[in-house]
Amino acid sequence: MNLNFENIKKVRIDKDLQLDCGTVLKGFDLAYETYGKLNETKTNAILVFHALSGDQFVCETNTVTSKEGWWTFTVGKNKAIDTNKYFVICANVLGGCMGTTGPKEIDPSTNKPYGLNFPVVTIKDMVTAQVHLLDLLGIKKTLAVLGGSMGGMQALQFCTLFPERTYSAIPIACAASHSAQNIAFNELARQAIMADPEWDSGNYISSGKVPRKGLAIARMAGHISYLSEQGLQNKFGRKLQEKGDLKFSFDADFEVESYLKYQGYSFVDRFDANSYLYITRAMDYFDLYKQNNGNLAKAFEGSKIKFCIISFSTDWLYPTSESKKIVIALNAIGAEVSFVEIVTNNGHDSFLVNEPAFFNTLKGFIDSTYEEFKNEN
Amino acid sequence: MKIEDDVLAGLIDINSRVLDVGCGDGSLLLHLKKNKRVDGRGIEIDQIKVQESVAKGLAVIEGDAEKDLINYPDTSFDFAILNQSLQQFYDPRKVINELLRIAKNAIVTIPNFGYWKVRLSLLIGGQMPVTKTLPYTWYNTPNLHMCTIKDFYNLCALDNIKIVKSISVSSEKISDIQKSNLEIKNLVSELGIFLIQK
Repeated sequence: MNLNFENIKKVRIDKDLQLDCGTVLKGFDLAYETYGKLNETKTNAILVFHALSGDQFVCETNTVTSKEGWWTFTVGKNKAIDTNKYFVICANVLGGCMGTTGPKEIDPSTNKPYGLNFPVVTIKDMVTAQVHLLDLLGIKKTLAVLGGSMGGMQALQFCTLFPERTYSAIPIACAASHSAQNIAFNELARQAIMADPEWDSGNYISSGKVPRKGLAIARMAGHISYLSEQGLQNKFGRKLQEKGDLKFSFDADFEVESYLKYQGYSFVDRFDANSYLYITRAMDYFDLYKQNNGNLAKAFEGSKIKFCIISFSTDWLYPTSESKKIVIALNAIGAEVSFVEIVTNNGHDSFLVNEPAFFNTLKGFIDSTYEEFKNEN
Repeated sequence: MKIEDDVLAGLIDINSRVLDVGCGDGSLLLHLKKNKRVDGRGIEIDQIKVQESVAKGLAVIEGDAEKDLINYPDTSFDFAILNQSLQQFYDPRKVINELLRIAKNAIVTIPNFGYWKVRLSLLIGGQMPVTKTLPYTWYNTPNLHMCTIKDFYNLCALDNIKIVKSISVSSEKISDIQKSNLEIKNLVSELGIFLIQK
């Protein structure tokens, strides 16, 4: 795949960013995209947070890969989040690899790619960095912040850090902390990357290598966790890749094998292996319970934000029970919270695919919230 | 608006905090939000209805009240509404007491099994009654614990629940129920609406 990093839109934030790990980042780049137009009263801004493998290209064409944006089912003209009506903003996360400062970018102190010299960042750091973008765009308060998976974690973290800067929040298919199973899957991915000799202790860019195998396996493991058992079974069953019988070899006999390989190796073309290490680490460290001495309700105390929590019935990575914990915490402080569990076979990935009940919920919530928000201003 | 919704709305104070348990498509909550400026919340088990409520700008949680009420703190609402669903719970007694833990007041409406047409249907027809407020046949009814207005009075007495207001609805007409007219109201009411406290 030919990647074109030339047309990435980015801003330089010339401010110190105090990171959770103790390091201060002396300025950083934020790569971002916007869709639709900001209205006069600046009441139609929606900040989207992307997930682990996502980027700032929410909809339309990703100018780097020339493929469609990752959330085209949900965001765009006449979609559930209608860009005819709303101004949608999305930035590449800190530690990412689509233009925002991260491990593959040049470390000004050495003039070499950061590699493992990049500081370990957290969800909190990612969110704090992105608020600078709202400042630059002159947006005091967004209509909504939202995202699925790690995007949902960022939305939750945003609400705890900047409760005055959004009218509503939609955390989708996420959790308030990473479970042991979540961490285990991420560790599997990281070990796969680091076991690839081409990874070269994280210095593969300088040494002209690419840890393709490691990153591809990491992505394959991820992919299994994004789908439900039934979803996989319905899609592939035991179907063979080619007609005929088993080949009695270790080539891809089954369709599900070649699907995974395709997903794994196509990911390598557009994603940076070190970024995968950093971002999965940020997810593992995410723990709103710990941030609030075990009391999740405290995280949102006094919050006037309207919440809409959405989970998917077959998501076993961030199951409904995790979303319900957030709902219970919000109820405990009397927050305005709606909650829907969408019944589907599509597993964790449901928020990325064609899921009409999900779209209806999202559209209903955002449109009605917009009516209230614009009348308040 | 159904007449019973008007009666319900009349029992609710302006600017109060309201939880509508089994809020359906949210039309009552919306009415209360607009006309009584309540800070409203809802619980509804049917996902489609939750979506309809959310699209009205209401804060509604998809869930099963029987399991989820436990998650609400004590006296977090001024009013909890249970509109014609008490008979569908496995443990209606527990639900009523939960409502009165969560809210200072509860408003409970019940389809009255003591209504004369219901009694007649069983007495004369020898079949399980099917009426306007009880439209199901015995094999598909969601109603597990039917009761009469008198039964409800007895349960309240048993659990030291105070009935602050008690209203009968029959053929679109409303009237007060008192201890003195309980027998007759238990016969002529299609619906009973109760404002209770503990």
